[in-house]
Amino acid sequence: MSNPVFEVENLSLHYLTRFGQKIHAVTDVSFQMKQGEILGIAGESGCGKSTLVNGLMGLFIPPLHPTSGDVRVGGESLMNRTPEDVRENVLSRKVSMIPQGAFNALNPTRKVKDIAADVIAAHEHGTSRAASYERLAERFALIFGKDATKILNSYPIQLTAGERQRSVIGISTLLNPQMVIADEPTSALDVSTQKVVIRMIFDLLDKGIFNSMIFITHELPLLRHVADNIAIMYAGEFVEKGTAEQIVFSPKHPYTKALMGAMLSAEPGQKDRKPTAIEGAPPSLAKTIEGCRFAARCPVAKPECTQKKQDIRMFADRLVRCDYAE
Amino acid sequence: MPSNTPIFSAKNIVRTFGSGKKLVKAVDDVSFDIADGEIVSIVGGSGCGKSVLAKIMLGLYKPSAGEFLYEGHEIVDQKDHWNEVQCVFQDPFSCFNQFFTIRSQLEAAFKIKKDKLTKEEISDRVDAGLLAVNVAPKDIEGKYPFELSGGQMQRMLLARIFALRPKVLIADEPTSMVDACVRANILDYLMKLKEELSMTIVFVTHDIGLSYYVSDRLFIMHDGKIVDSGKPDDVILKPTSPITVQLLDDIPEIHKDWIKR
Repeated sequence: MSNPVFEVENLSLHYLTRFGQKIHAVTDVSFQMKQGEILGIAGESGCGKSTLVNGLMGLFIPPLHPTSGDVRVGGESLMNRTPEDVRENVLSRKVSMIPQGAFNALNPTRKVKDIAADVIAAHEHGTSRAASYERLAERFALIFGKDATKILNSYPIQLTAGERQRSVIGISTLLNPQMVIADEPTSALDVSTQKVVIRMIFDLLDKGIFNSMIFITHELPLLRHVADNIAIMYAGEFVEKGTAEQIVFSPKHPYTKALMGAMLSAEPGQKDRKPTAIEGAPPSLAKTIEGCRFAARCPVAKPECTQKKQDIRMFADRLVRCDYAE
Repeated sequence: MPSNTPIFSAKNIVRTFGSGKKLVKAVDDVSFDIADGEIVSIVGGSGCGKSVLAKIMLGLYKPSAGEFLYEGHEIVDQKDHWNEVQCVFQDPFSCFNQFFTIRSQLEAAFKIKKDKLTKEEISDRVDAGLLAVNVAPKDIEGKYPFELSGGQMQRMLLARIFALRPKVLIADEPTSMVDACVRANILDYLMKLKEELSMTIVFVTHDIGLSYYVSDRLFIMHDGKIVDSGKPDDVILKPTSPITVQLLDDIPEIHKDWIKR
């Protein structure tokens, strides 16, 4: 029994607005990840996915503040550090992030090799530029094969969207981080490029470049193929967490069911099944919410749902935050 | 009463960029007719030329060769053209000016219309447009674009279409920036546009699943050419071109095997 690579314990995060108001963006999130595991996190826009990402890196830049809880990588806590300390010692080595917009992540005035060499320079002081370039050539050869030199010597604008995204992933995983957090890494790509990028991520994972991964997206069909486990997030809370098969094929929480109902697919016989949008909007997180957060939009809500707080519990071999799940 | 003249008629159109060695054929010898009241999807990967084709339809580009007609005549004056042909783009935030309220911009959109309406009429039309996308007019009163979420902003773009009521809508990837829930929502509104206003919709997307639901006809584009076209059921369930087969194969469907670790 190996120790978990990544542990999150009752993590709550809030934003402090300039009027002194607290927005509780993430509430009471707990999970553990094993070596080699890919955890998918899904939910609609604004449910706190990206806030959670910042929290998981221990990167708290005002107005984001931790409320309570702990994040540990290989047993070491990431909480209560200054942003400088996090940048120096945590990012790239322990936890690394793959951002969504690859174009915004790369400096347009510099070549890919210089952007990447800066990452090495920032973390390993005294490494010579030539040595950095050598390491880069090696790593990029792993990703791009014989195109590696061409890619390294290009400016971001000269690359295609897929090459840019793969370069960003290459740079993010340069220092062999233990955890990689990918925030919608393929949402801006078309399906064919998406497949290439996912294949590359699997390849890096198999080669042991990084240990585990959190994959954030709202495409549940994609997660079914990519992730081992899936957690569904709603209004800052995990509402259901189970294996990919459980979540996609037999969702239990009403919100997960509704999410699956909104999916589209070009499969035979699917044209008559009309995708249904979930009516209404998530609750405001500025106030404390009593009762179930999904109650107002839930198709099967009972009168008591708006009053009674729902706790996450084991049900049908997975975690569900609904007392009436069936 | 639908006339027999097609809304758009393209005969061997080519659109090139650059010259000499760097010549790129973004649209390469494409011919098609789009009838009145039809929903047509143009599907393809990035860089296949689908957005260039959409811009030709909007009159933003002229074809380098070939003949492109809107209702039987060439597009001469852009403003005339936009009186009847309107668009929805991918990124709503780049479509609105951050320094003006949303409402003022929705009302300003009426400047493109030939028949001049009074202030009250415009205000009523904007209200109706907002209600059509389930937004209460008072909810956006005095609000600026940055105060709304991406999904809400995408709805504002659609509210503009509901208010303007153009004859033709060109939708260039209207759902690629929003999540699955909002996407199902936008899909509903697009269908509503067709039903209530019997609009002709050209839908440009890389999401083949979405196009399968909405369209009457589907074009698959690759490298500037239309490689497959027909009814969605025919194209998707009985693909003839290897490009379509590849495209379908790349979609992570729930019930189908995809790449494995």
